[in-house]
Amino acid sequence: MSRHSAGPPSNGEQGQQPRPRRKRVVLADSRAPVTVLRTVVELEEQTSYGEELVSNLVGRQLRTSLTIAFITGGILGVLPVLFFTVPSLAEMTIAGVRLPWLALGVLPFPLLFGMGYVYNTYAERHERDFVDMVEK
Amino acid sequence: MGNVGNVWAVVAIALVAVATFSLGYRGSRHASTTQDFLVARRTVRSRRNAAAVSGEYLSAASFLGVAGLVLKDGVDALWYPIGFTAGYLALMLFVAAPLRRSGAYTLPDFVEARLSSRPLRRVSTAFVLVIGVLYLVPQMQGAGLTLGMVLHTPGWVGALLVAVIVVVNVFGGGMRAITVVQAFQYWLKLFAISTPVFVMCAVFIGSGGTHGGESRGLAEPLPPTFSAPTSIDVTTPVTLRVVEPVWLSAEGRVDGGSARGPVFWGPGTHEVDADTKLMFPGGAPVPSVAGTPSTNAEWLTPTGGGTSDLWTTYSLIFALFLGTMGLPHVLVRFYTNRDGKSARRTTLHVLLLLGLFYLFPMIMGLLSRLYVPELLVTGKTDAAVLALPGKFLSGTLGEILGAVTAAGAFAAFLSTSSGLLVSVAGVLSTDILKGRVRDFRYAAALAGAVPVVIAVFVRPNDISMSIGMTFAVAASTFCPVLVLGIWWRKLTPAGAGVGMTTGGLCVLGALVATTVSGYTGNWAPWYLQQPALITVPIAFFTMILVSKATQRSVPADVNRFRLRMHAPDPLGFIRDRDVARFGTAEERARLAEGRHRR
Repeated sequence: MSRHSAGPPSNGEQGQQPRPRRKRVVLADSRAPVTVLRTVVELEEQTSYGEELVSNLVGRQLRTSLTIAFITGGILGVLPVLFFTVPSLAEMTIAGVRLPWLALGVLPFPLLFGMGYVYNTYAERHERDFVDMVEK
Repeated sequence: MGNVGNVWAVVAIALVAVATFSLGYRGSRHASTTQDFLVARRTVRSRRNAAAVSGEYLSAASFLGVAGLVLKDGVDALWYPIGFTAGYLALMLFVAAPLRRSGAYTLPDFVEARLSSRPLRRVSTAFVLVIGVLYLVPQMQGAGLTLGMVLHTPGWVGALLVAVIVVVNVFGGGMRAITVVQAFQYWLKLFAISTPVFVMCAVFIGSGGTHGGESRGLAEPLPPTFSAPTSIDVTTPVTLRVVEPVWLSAEGRVDGGSARGPVFWGPGTHEVDADTKLMFPGGAPVPSVAGTPSTNAEWLTPTGGGTSDLWTTYSLIFALFLGTMGLPHVLVRFYTNRDGKSARRTTLHVLLLLGLFYLFPMIMGLLSRLYVPELLVTGKTDAAVLALPGKFLSGTLGEILGAVTAAGAFAAFLSTSSGLLVSVAGVLSTDILKGRVRDFRYAAALAGAVPVVIAVFVRPNDISMSIGMTFAVAASTFCPVLVLGIWWRKLTPAGAGVGMTTGGLCVLGALVATTVSGYTGNWAPWYLQQPALITVPIAFFTMILVSKATQRSVPADVNRFRLRMHAPDPLGFIRDRDVARFGTAEERARLAEGRHRR
């Protein structure tokens, strides 16, 4: 039920009392954090200020995503061409296992998880910052 | 495998089927409303959801195909598991949270909500169906292969069995039952592939790394050798490449003439016709299918086949990295998350679970190069995981482990097929039929029947390679729509439609060309076999260019939609289609007034 509902009282109440009970109507509550409403409304009404805020957030998230995608893609993407152009690297062994097998069979999985973890941390931080700013 | 082994495997497969049934049935007693059927009331925790996503995702391609390709292609095949996992990173970076907040349940939902265009919805529905069917076919073929190995049944029996089990299960419970089943399937598959690997590694190390005596170490630069006298039935014509001269005896047609008795093969290529029996003595070098690395040295080092191999590798990475986000059964699963944040966390868990799983098929592939090299002769390396335990450990232990892997493989077909079926049936029933529970069931039956028919009539390719093509379709159609739709305000319906169609048709053309070339002597160059490196940029550029040209038709509510997708969850801009349509009164009230709440 909405805080500001001003419709007719519900049937249940009417059945018990002949007259509607007197209600205190508060048009502005000075104790409530007014800015919360104002900024969210600006977001919702898509004022230029609200648009600016959203664009800012979207831009930040996209930059983080692209950075992490390029770092991961760069690390993994350089491997085929590296092994192709420097064959001696492909024949190196570490503890009896060929380097390519380690570099492709084991290494990528911790790398991918680590990148995901870092991204998650950043993305959640950006969102928290945004909420804090909107509701301050 | 002897008859006793068959019994173990049949019991194990039956247990998997029964467990799937009963979990689905128990779940379905609680599922009674349309909302239960479609979205599991969004009460699924992110950890279980991650297990369900992984369970659904680890298909025949992961369970059988990866080990088979490692056996055949060596270190280059490792790009498959890397790509299968990295796809989830891309999904997390660009799609997961905004897509969840957009409230879209299926891909066509998203496309329609973002671009407000009915015709575009039809186009994307068509591509969901194409991807679903293309993805289901290899699952069915894998099921046929597994059941054929265990019971020596023809291929269509396994395909039909999987289809029937899945359709009945989906009939009963819809998505909620499936969530429980999928989470269970992940752990089952992990168990089924890790246990044999642990046991075999223990035996392998215990016997000083030379278990089985005669086989040749992987570090030696020559071809692998047969560890015991081996006879091989060739059922489809094959061209073999011989590096070390070998004496064998053959019955049937070899090198264009009929053969009966001893044959000598010098270095070079040799043709073997269908219905030929080849018998190799123990210790003989193994010839392998032309076009695959024939010596261990080539097998151990990456991109042995020159620049075209290098391009194929990059193209494959591209397809897998960007294709995962466009798979319909994966995205549907994300809708069961509570909000955008938990969608991201689910994806993070998935990265962990997949990384853990893929270590084991790789080890399986390594071991099978030592112990089941005869699969290289027929080229049916997808059977490696199934054949290895029985060959490696003789006696009951080997049979039981063989049964465990067969059961795991079956779990893989069941889980992926049911996930695909739910999403394809969901799209069919809401877009083409009227969206009632009854329609959902008709759609499920239809979506199960079509791939079975295709699986029976088309010659099976390597499972992982067919799956690679499906990823290419997804990467060239839905990936650009999702990425541009989420991050670029200027996308127009015309741009999305033209881009999707162009990308999709390019890949389908390449698919047809590759299939034809498979029947007429493998002439297809790398960019037809794995076209993503070319088609994905084409799709992106077409989409951007056409959108730029049609800027007047940018949807009016694009800013509102962007706000909903990107505003953090606590602000409450998220809006769910199904809450508005089917939700409880309480949920609907929360939706109506919840905007200004923390």
